[in-house]
Amino acid sequence: MPIDSIALRDAVMQRIRAFFRKHGFTEVETPIRLKIPCMELHIDAEPSSDHFLRTSPEIFHKQLLAAGHGKIFELGKCFRRGEVGPLHNPEYTMLEWYRANADYMDVLADTKALIQSVAEVRDLGFQGGEDWKILAVSEAFLEFAGWNPVGSYAEDRFDMDLVEKVEPALKQMGGPVVLIDYPVEAAALSRRNPDNPLVAERWELYIDGIEIANAYSELTDPVEQRRRFEICAEQRKVLGKETYPIDEAFIRALEKMPPSGGIALGVDRLLMLMAGADSLDAVLPFR
Amino acid sequence: MYSASDLKKGLKIEIDGEPCMITNFEFSKPGKGQALYRCKIKNLIRGNTFDKTYRSVEKINRCSLISRDYTFSYIDADDYVFSDNESFEEARLNDELLGDLKHFIVDDMKVEILFHNDRALEISLPNFVEMEIAETEPGARGDTATNVMKPAKLPNGYEINVPIFINEGDTIRIDTRTGTYSDRASKG
Repeated sequence: MPIDSIALRDAVMQRIRAFFRKHGFTEVETPIRLKIPCMELHIDAEPSSDHFLRTSPEIFHKQLLAAGHGKIFELGKCFRRGEVGPLHNPEYTMLEWYRANADYMDVLADTKALIQSVAEVRDLGFQGGEDWKILAVSEAFLEFAGWNPVGSYAEDRFDMDLVEKVEPALKQMGGPVVLIDYPVEAAALSRRNPDNPLVAERWELYIDGIEIANAYSELTDPVEQRRRFEICAEQRKVLGKETYPIDEAFIRALEKMPPSGGIALGVDRLLMLMAGADSLDAVLPFR
Repeated sequence: MYSASDLKKGLKIEIDGEPCMITNFEFSKPGKGQALYRCKIKNLIRGNTFDKTYRSVEKINRCSLISRDYTFSYIDADDYVFSDNESFEEARLNDELLGDLKHFIVDDMKVEILFHNDRALEISLPNFVEMEIAETEPGARGDTATNVMKPAKLPNGYEINVPIFINEGDTIRIDTRTGTYSDRASKG
């Protein structure tokens, strides 16, 4: 059993909590079992009796934002069915935080400061400061895959080239790279950029080519959110996947939710990088 | 048919009608994207390796490989001819496919041949074969050290390293998996 990873996890969890406390965030606990999972095209929820295990705490966090809690974070387990590999485990530790009256760039500033603080636990070979590379999805695809998915999105081609061409190039670049401004078709739960409706305000942090975090300027438009859920349900049916009903409490909450930035960060993967490993085996002793 | 989620290292599949084996396998799921299964695949006929990524909705052909028992019968030019233990039908394998294993095929040897459709892909010999030493320098009397080796010729002319105490006419056991001397079966 990798004893060292136990101590590393403990130190990093303490750092994360201390960081958010220092910056005035409230630690929250939201349900792990839920009646209606947040529907996304390629994420499958694990059933648990007449409930499901959460794939993400976001629907509860957005309800908390709507209720007036402006800076919240949660550290906890999330579950995704069938995701197994060197960089995937069906049960994993997620750090999720939200800021009201903010957007995805505010969350990027949080992330840089957080990584800088966590990196003091063990040298990561880089800092959280200004040396992060910010790369637009359109630029990355033009340079490494020879086409621009913004305005001419094709899902299969996008996913394949991301995995086969862009991610290996990010690995070569090394260190932290923020892939930013996704084609609006790959917006998931992020809002459109008001100045460029072809892109969504979403970024992903890669460190040494490993995807670590996904951030949005959150979608707060209940009509648009309902429409996206309905499209998603249709697409899941085509793929032969289970569909989940629309969570009306969540849709209602969006009406009162302030513009917000939010992010989900994979703690196990961050620990893996800090341990200098290339598989989650190094930090999940019971796997 | 296999689903992409059935894929794993070592699985044999069929691509464009040819048998292939997955030599490396990685589950990948970028961002909010679909599950992708990144494979390194070896073509079992041509021997080349290539990369291929499958999406979760893709179906992959199963590869039907059949292994049958044969007995070696004779050599015909470049072909080694074997006869099926049940049907007595002949199978001919050329010396290119046999590689170094051909040096260790002896009369009446029982072998297993792996076929894809009617094409022989691979032969497996018994792990050990006994062969007589046809030619070697005489060893020093009483020297039973096994770590000092010298060259010796098998009846088919193939040269193998044997311990110094082995003499012409001795029968040795050879490990066919490594192609090396194992021990002495009997003195000549």
